[in-house]
Order: sequence, then structure tokens, then C-alpha cells
Amino acid sequence: MTTPPSSPSSASARETTEGTVYTVTGGDWDEVVQSAAKADDERIVVNMGPQHPSTHGVLRLILEIDGETVTEARCGIGYLHTGIEKNLEFRNWTQGTTFVTRMDYLTPFFNETAYCLGVEKLLGITEQIPDRASIIRVMLMELNRLSSHLVCVATGGMELGATTIMIYGFRDRELILDAFELITGLRMNHAFIRPGGLAQDLPPGAMDKLGELLKTMRKNLPEYDKLATGNPIFKARMQDVGYLDLTGCMALGATGPVLRSAGLPHDLRKTDPYCGYETYDFEVPTADTCDSYGRFLIRLEEMRQSLDIVEQCLERLKKPGEVMVADKKIAWPAQLAIGADGLGNSLDHIKKIMGTSMEALIHHFKLVTEGFRVPAGQAYAAVESPKGELGAHVVSDGGTRPYRVHFRDPSFTNLQAMAAMCEGGQIADVIVAVASLDPVMGGVDR
Amino acid sequence: MSDKHVNGNSQDESAPEGVPAQRDADGEVIRVRKGMFGANDGGDTTGYGGLVRTIALPGASSRPYGGWFDEVADELEGALEEQDLLPSNAIEKTVVDRGELTFHIARAHLLQVARTLRDDPALRFELCTGVSGVHYPEDKGRELHAVYHLRSLTHGRLIRLEVSAPDADPHVPSLVAVYPTNDWHEREAYDFFGLIFDGHPALTRIMMPDDWQGFPQRKDYPLGGIAVEYKGAQIPAPDQRRSYS
Amino acid sequence: MGLEEKLPSGFLLTTVEQAAGWVRKSSVFPATFGLACCAIEMMTTGAGRYDLARFGMEVFRGSPRQADLMIVAGRVSQKMAPVLRQVYDQMPNPKWVISMGVCASSGGMFNNYAIVQGVDHIVPVDIYLPGCPPRPEMLIDAILKLHQKIQGSKLGVNAEEAAREAEEAALKALPAIEMKGLLR
Repeated sequence: MTTPPSSPSSASARETTEGTVYTVTGGDWDEVVQSAAKADDERIVVNMGPQHPSTHGVLRLILEIDGETVTEARCGIGYLHTGIEKNLEFRNWTQGTTFVTRMDYLTPFFNETAYCLGVEKLLGITEQIPDRASIIRVMLMELNRLSSHLVCVATGGMELGATTIMIYGFRDRELILDAFELITGLRMNHAFIRPGGLAQDLPPGAMDKLGELLKTMRKNLPEYDKLATGNPIFKARMQDVGYLDLTGCMALGATGPVLRSAGLPHDLRKTDPYCGYETYDFEVPTADTCDSYGRFLIRLEEMRQSLDIVEQCLERLKKPGEVMVADKKIAWPAQLAIGADGLGNSLDHIKKIMGTSMEALIHHFKLVTEGFRVPAGQAYAAVESPKGELGAHVVSDGGTRPYRVHFRDPSFTNLQAMAAMCEGGQIADVIVAVASLDPVMGGVDR
Repeated sequence: MSDKHVNGNSQDESAPEGVPAQRDADGEVIRVRKGMFGANDGGDTTGYGGLVRTIALPGASSRPYGGWFDEVADELEGALEEQDLLPSNAIEKTVVDRGELTFHIARAHLLQVARTLRDDPALRFELCTGVSGVHYPEDKGRELHAVYHLRSLTHGRLIRLEVSAPDADPHVPSLVAVYPTNDWHEREAYDFFGLIFDGHPALTRIMMPDDWQGFPQRKDYPLGGIAVEYKGAQIPAPDQRRSYS
Repeated sequence: MGLEEKLPSGFLLTTVEQAAGWVRKSSVFPATFGLACCAIEMMTTGAGRYDLARFGMEVFRGSPRQADLMIVAGRVSQKMAPVLRQVYDQMPNPKWVISMGVCASSGGMFNNYAIVQGVDHIVPVDIYLPGCPPRPEMLIDAILKLHQKIQGSKLGVNAEEAAREAEEAALKALPAIEMKGLLR
């Protein structure tokens, strides 16, 4: 005991035949608090994660706390560092999409599009991408925005202890993944968007399926409003928590819903359009509350806007067209078709290359094994991912493989704002603030 | 085929006469590529083994750059002159390529240039999207490049700054004082490339474990793959496979 | 109506091993060990459509001390490896490990400096689940296979005997490089 025995709040001891007996008496509460404050010159540092159910992945939060108050907060990241950027340098340009799609695994189509836009810029074929390919890209990205926001809302709710919203979110995400599976063959990690266009066109029946999906989603989205928007507990947890104003956002480079919750309607789809976004009719929702609740509302509204964009895409997709550039030095010659043994090349193409045209066979072989060459130089392409500005810096040395690819991931940049949002708040609010940033560690660490 | 440069650099005096000079003599030579199939174990019997090609990045552009590029370049030069800094000292060269504007900045002046780009009302590049390191091991004296992309929300523009540092002295001034967002980005570039950002508040590893040796995304660092054994065969690691160069 | 309705006189004879295996397999508590893409599929498996609760497994424990199954869902980086081992060590016996996805099983496409080439370098793995990422149905299948394995697990001297046999079999097994024949 550090308190001297004369203090009234300490326990006096006396020896008896049974051993030492302590007599515990009460004391003045103020005095107890004062002495505790004096003795407490140590910081309590709490480690949350890297494996913690409420840290949104393998994020390690190092919190210095005083009671329930966080006095200092830092992030430890890198627990999911995969070396994807380096791995890309050992594969050809087309294979690159297979790697980048696994970076931020909740937004695969955005990673692929950013990478492909960069490669296309290097190749100088940005103008030659067929309209239909761009429309399908936009449609897939907007559906992906829905599924990413749904996971954000769902896991964010789960981290608050609201299991219902998690079940709702994953229910609706499944519907979107069904559509992805129909179109690309995979639920996640699609590698469907390729430099020059797409791997293939929409399969038969996709348009009807997507139309149904739109209808279902329009019916389901208001349920989040009903469940959460007006919910007093939800509001009490979210409002004025994770506060970051415009100055903070700009200094820390935060983009996406975080920046828009500070009132700035900055959205690359509007300010620096790509894939023909300037021709779509949609709004960029903002909030002026700068807090987690504002970000939640923005995500809900963005989901509705995304549905509108998908609807416009479906209208435009009624017109058939090419989905790959015409340049045969870049586009794979084969059209994939489902054969008796599953996925394969179309029989017509096999007949041609095996029977009549040896040159076509050589060309096919070279393009698939060697890949195309990209003129030396560098390019930066950015898309508005659900989390913010997702940029791809692509460098070529004129070879068949990327020389260097660097992704500017919005999760990585936004996560820096964690300290500014959490310091001075309660521990429980750290969870809310991190959830409202929606960092995906696959994107943060790459 | 002889071992001479086929379309080599015009500054190379050993180049044979009659070979056309490279279109852009200022292009930054980053690599000389030999052969075609990346095999250097003598196993290349294709006849392409003697092929030598010089790889150069796009060289400096001359005015007019076109579009708003001239305006940005004028404003930047004017603003630097106002600060008594000769623009030609700070801006090594300006490259316009594929619709993008790149300023190559002398590293000593990077901080001042970035501050000017951010604060000058006609420039207003408020948002920095971080730094990307690139390693060109054959670009002697300029091996390590740090590439910054700056976005102006006010004017809706995007430019690129590029700074280089030699391998022997991998120091670049930190931009954290101007763009706090670069904190983690610079740590990442340090972690992967060994670029030391002078003035960074806490330049430590961010992705790799603290006790990691080496800088894994440099070109001289192996990919680190291991061979895969499968039923009587061994598939070499990705970086040891034969491939097209 | 279950099995108990068919018992002739209220008695059911079984071995202690089978009873223990049945009890163990019927309520496996997985630890949350989501790492990457597979973690999202793991969460999906727990959510409405695939409903892992049907197999008594919906309670993902936050604390490894309350869990007996670790589903390593995703790529394991060199930096994460010691953490993973520590979480495994904190789990009480008996415990099982499912290596979910190709990255956790063998490093998969990420054959590079950052990723551990198979989580079996760090912890013993009971079930390897291929796929990138595996579908929720595949995870459920892996879990059911693990249930079978748990049901048949031995106790006491039998367990020692089984371990010895497994070790002998492993020592006799051909290394992959010496195997011949078709690639299947």
C-alpha cells in the first residue's frame, strides 16, 4: 500500500493468534480520488486487435486510456500485407486484374476498373473502349457500391451489438452476389474487367435477373431506414461520434463518405468523370454533421442513387455491342463459351485455329502466354470507390509485365483519421468511429 | 546480329552512324533490355539472344503543353520567382505524356514547390493522394523515384510531381508538414523502398514487421517465392520462371 | 420425435468415446479469425441464407479462451503469424483448425515475401478447404467433415495409439516430389 497508515482510508493491521487481521474502514471519497489521481502516473495502454471482433479486420488499435476516455489512439497496420504490388510485377498485364481484385476484397470491380483504366491510358486506347463495356463496368461498379455499403452498414451495426441489421445487410448482399455470379461466374474476386474491356458479355437472362434485383432492392432498402435511421439507440451511439470537419478531412486526405459528411460534394464521378459517368443522372449526397451518423445516411442515400444508375445502365444495355477493343493485339481472340466440360473456348474458334488458320493459333498462343506490350511511361487513373478516391499509379517499361503498380487505397488514407476522430472520446466510440470510416484491411495493407 | 545498340541513345558515341537518333534525346533511360525471352542461362536458341533495346521513359516536353497545363506551369513558375527561386533550379523538367502533366522537381526544393502548389490561389492543389515509390536500378544516380499526385478540388485538376534520389543517398524531404495525409504514405514508401523522408515525424516501418531486413519492393529484392513441388515435378518460384522480357 | 422415442426401455448403450465425440461435435464454438476475403464468406455463412446455426455453430467467440475451432480465413502474413500462433495457444484443448481458402492452405497465388506459405507451418491443420474464396456451401461441407472427424476421435490410450499410427503413416508417406503418375 502506498498510502500511509495514518490515512483514514487505509486498512490498519493488528496481529492476532489467527494471523494478521486488517480492519477496513471507509474514507472520504474525494480523498480517495485524489490519492488515486496522484498514484496514477502510469498510462494504461490497451491493445485492441489485431484479432478483435470489433476492429473491422486485422486492425490493431493502440489506445492510451484514462478510465473510459481515450487520450491517445494509434493504428497498427500491416497484418494483412500481401505483397500484391510486387507480385504484379511477375505476371503479365492481363493477369494483373486477378491480383488487384483481391486488394480491397469488398470492392473488386473498383480495383479492376482503376487498374484497367490506368493500363488503357498507357496503351492510349481510352477512347476505343466500346460503349457497352463502359456501361457494364459502370453497372457492375454501382452494384458493387451497394454490396460494399451493405457490408459496411451490416458489420458496423454488428460492432455496435445490433445483430439484426447485420442479418439484413448480408441478406441483401447475397442477392447482389447472385447477380455477380450470374455475370462473372464468381461471387467475389471476379477479374472480369480486363484491360481493353471485359472478359465477356452479359450471359443470357442477365437483364431479366438484374431487373428483378432492382425491384427487390428498392423494396428492401427502406428497411434500413426503418430499422436504424430513427432508432434512438442507434442515433445516440452514432451522432456526434467520430467527428472530423472539412479542414481535418482535407489535411488528412480523407475522401469518400467521410469527406462528403463534412459537406463537400466531392465525387470523382462528377468532378473527374471516367467510364462515361458524365452521361448518367445522379446526385451526390452530402451531410453537414461531420459525424458517423451523417456517414451512415450518406451511404444509405448513395445506395439509392446507385440503384438509379443501374436502372439507366439497364436501359442502355438493351442495345447490343462489343465488349472488348477491336485491336486484336490486345483483345483475346477467343470468345468464352460453356462447353460440355464446363467453361471453355467457343467451338467455332477452336475449329478455326486448329483446322484452318495456323497463324491464328500462333497469335492466340502468343497473346495468352506472352501478353501484350505496353509502351514505356506512367499513368494515374482514379475511380470513386465506396470508400473514396481509389487511384492506380501504373508504370510500364515497355514490357509484357507491369514495372510497378501502386494503389492509393482510400481505406489506407482514411484510416489515418482514426486518431483525430477518437482522441478525447470514449473507448466505445472508437468502434463507432472506425466502423464509420469503413476500412477494409485488404485494401489498407494490400 | 551484332551487340550494338539498335535504336540506342543518340548521346552514346559508340552508336554506329546511320542509325536514326532517338526521337526524344531527353528521355530517361531506365533499362537496357537484352534478348527477348528473359533467359540468360544460354538456353535461348531463338536467334533473338543478341537483341538489345534501350528503354526510355517519355522525355521532357517543350511549350506549349496544351490545355490548362500551360496555365499551371506559368503560375507555378511565376509563384516560385516571387519567392526568389529560379524555376529552372526547382523544376528539372516538365513532361506531358498521355494527357498528364508531370513536374520533375529537384529534391532540395520539393517542400517549397509543394507548399506553393497548395497555397497559391491560382494553383490550389489541396489534396495529395500520397506517394508512390518506383525503383529504377539502371537509372544511375536517380535510382529511387518518389511520385506524388496532387489534386485540385477548386480547379478540378490533377498533376504529378516526381522526385528522384540516388541509391547511395536515398533522402527526400518529407511533405508531411504541407500534406499531413502523407504521413502513412511516406512510411509505406520508406518501408518498401528505403526512401528516407527527412523531416517525417516518425519514419518507421508500417507494413512489414519492425525487425524486417531489406526493402521488399525494390527491384533488387527477390519476390521471395518458393518452388512448388507436385508429383515428380517442381515448378519454380514465380520470379525464377522463364518469361518474356 | 427423435431417437429417444424409439428406445425400448430408456437405455442406450454407447462408448464413452462416441458419447464424448457426439457432445463435442454438436456444439463447436469457432473463434473469429477472419483475415481477408474468406472472412467475408465466413460471415456470410453465419448470416441468414446459409445459417450456420443449423449446425450449432453460430456463436463465434471473440475470445479464443472460449473457442475450440479456429477457422483461419484468409492469407496469413509474416507479421500476423506470431499473433495467429498466440491465439491458437490461448484456445483450450481439445481444439481444431480449419484452413479456409487456398492462401491459408498453401499461400496460393501469393507466393512471395509477405505471405506464410501455408498456415500448417504454424499450427496443425485438421481440414484444408480449397477455393478462392470457398463458397459458403464449401465451408459448411468442411465443417460437417470436421464434425465427422470429431465424432470419431479417440480418448486416452486409444488417442495415443491413433497419434502413433498417424505419425507412422506420415513417416512412410512419399514426399510430393517422389510421387509419380497422373496429376490427380
